[in-house]
Amino acid sequence: MTDVFRAEVRDWLAEHRPTPALPSLDTAEGFEAHRAWERSLAAARLAVVTWPARYGGRDASLAEWLVFEEEYYAAGAPARVGQNGLFMLAPTLFAFGSPEQRDRLLPRMATADDIWAQAWSEPDAGSDLAALRARGVRVSGGWLISGTKTWCSRAAFADRAFGLFRTDPALESSGRHRGLSYLLFGLRAPGVTVRPIRQLGGRTGFAEIFLDEVFVPDADVVGEPGDGWRIAMSTASHERGLLLRSPGRFLAAAGRLVSLWRRGGGDPALRDRVADAWIGARAYQLHTQATVARLAAGGTLGDLGPEASLGKVFWSELDLALHETALDLLGSWAEVRDGPDGRWLEDYLFALAGPVYAGTNEIQRTLIAERLLGLPR
Amino acid sequence: MNGSEFGSVLHELLADADVPNAARRWASGDPASGLAVWRRLADLGVTALAVPEKQGGLGASPLDLVVACEELGHHAVPGPVAESLAAGPALLGALADAGSCGEWLAGLAAGDLIVTLTAPPWVPFAACPEAAGLVLYAEDGVVGRGRADATFRSVDPARSLAEVHRGPVLAERVAGAVARALDFGALACSAQLLGAGRALLEASVLHAGWRVQFGRPVGAFQAVKHRLADVAIGLQFARPLLEAAGVALAGDGPTAGRDVSAAKVACAEAAYRAARAALQVHGAIGYTAEHDLSRFLLQVRALVPAWGAQAEHRARVLREL
Repeated sequence: MTDVFRAEVRDWLAEHRPTPALPSLDTAEGFEAHRAWERSLAAARLAVVTWPARYGGRDASLAEWLVFEEEYYAAGAPARVGQNGLFMLAPTLFAFGSPEQRDRLLPRMATADDIWAQAWSEPDAGSDLAALRARGVRVSGGWLISGTKTWCSRAAFADRAFGLFRTDPALESSGRHRGLSYLLFGLRAPGVTVRPIRQLGGRTGFAEIFLDEVFVPDADVVGEPGDGWRIAMSTASHERGLLLRSPGRFLAAAGRLVSLWRRGGGDPALRDRVADAWIGARAYQLHTQATVARLAAGGTLGDLGPEASLGKVFWSELDLALHETALDLLGSWAEVRDGPDGRWLEDYLFALAGPVYAGTNEIQRTLIAERLLGLPR
Repeated sequence: MNGSEFGSVLHELLADADVPNAARRWASGDPASGLAVWRRLADLGVTALAVPEKQGGLGASPLDLVVACEELGHHAVPGPVAESLAAGPALLGALADAGSCGEWLAGLAAGDLIVTLTAPPWVPFAACPEAAGLVLYAEDGVVGRGRADATFRSVDPARSLAEVHRGPVLAERVAGAVARALDFGALACSAQLLGAGRALLEASVLHAGWRVQFGRPVGAFQAVKHRLADVAIGLQFARPLLEAAGVALAGDGPTAGRDVSAAKVACAEAAYRAARAALQVHGAIGYTAEHDLSRFLLQVRALVPAWGAQAEHRARVLREL
């Protein structure tokens, strides 16, 4: 079964993968090109293989999803412009959303008619997310949200966003995690201003969002009002634990790294680092397969809990070490962005953010120490 | 019994066997109480795991061997573990019809015989010949019976190392069997390292939880938390490589060598990281000979370069990709 599926994915990608590669998804032109690519994936029912068929998926197992991802990255297919929605919001809707929300939101997400941005951080609430100030005020039929969200991935060009808002400030005195709600809003709704932020690589991969009494109908509250923290933490664990960075990505990069090393004559000075990159990618693949097998035996994604933190630190540091090794192999060419090996530099710049986003690695290490090892708070 | 139950049974046996005292006496030249621990392990079938059923062994999967050797490492049991539990039986099992090999295998399975061996360049010395009733050498596709010659002291005081004087040849042109035996040894050694790393992390967490400085348990300080988190990450991601190597070796698949090498690199790195962190977290008490931590620190330091140095294993991974 898996082999048939693998062959289908491989053949389809070989035929349809865009060449030359699409322009960066963090440009207006590239974003739309990636949206079109997502539509062709959806038409082949390959956009969201693990979802139920009624939302555009094919009810595939997580093990099959790993196969899809391996083939996807091995083929060098485009980055997933919809990943915030696909890997963070969608699992949340499956766990906490209403049937009406799933019916209304998931099919449009699968076909990239709605591309979602995340809206977690605020200027004064980064690692300390519970310090967030953006608020929602109750009005007839919904909420009026105001405040500032920042470092919102994909928000420069996306259609909609999800985030946390303080909807019951009275509860804050009894705990900062209380009185928060998980809300959805349109990025072109009245009262929304999006200010794209240029990243160090020069592109607008994220943005600041200013909200001035933006109306969110009750239908766009995920879960119960006031239950947002618990819901968001489950999303965070999906993001860092399993879905966001599948092993296929690192295995493909490690394979290219080994080829690069061989091409240069197998420099003995860098041999150990090249080997370690491959070993790390392989370890992450095996670990993920074991996690998926455990989930198949009856667990749920939300059960990953603090174990997800182990994976997040591991893959983000592996990604960086792997790309640093590639740059060291490239010598003087490592500086050149538009040369024949420029992709290594682009991927390195991307990897550089890994230890920061989805909860900094320092936050993850503290979670591991306190919740897995049981060290005192 | 599944793997984790088997591991728990071994853990209970070893926790009850006063291994620290046995290791200390072994280090001072008296292996008798350590050999008594080996006897108890043999009674549970540990020494029979890798011996073929035909010779009275259990013919168990390499994965069972991994479980057992991890638990022996978890207690830093002294003696030629990888030699006598893994590489020796694998090698003799492949030569079962030659000379006395069948007899020796039966002895290993029953726990009446302990074997050690040398196989240059990966294993230039035979470990703990004082405990072994049989010394083998394997080189250039030739396997023979040897005799322990000049000995050296290992960094692990409970471990000695001997050069081997070549004696009667048992088999020739058996390079394949030697290579497979070496993979069994490296797999067992990797499991010992992972087990030792786990013990070092457990000891560190325990110590950091009760040792108070500046009015707080030292484990409440972020520098300590983050260092131990890194230890946990290393161990967590070494384990699947170890298990995959056991699976590959069981099937004698084409990737077995590569997988064993990847496991050895990762387990040794993770264990050594655990050892360094453990010493730092314990502070000066960890640097003393009397604290039990030193047994683990020094066993890890001894096993990291054993059964093929890290550089050799990394080179093999790249060669066999």
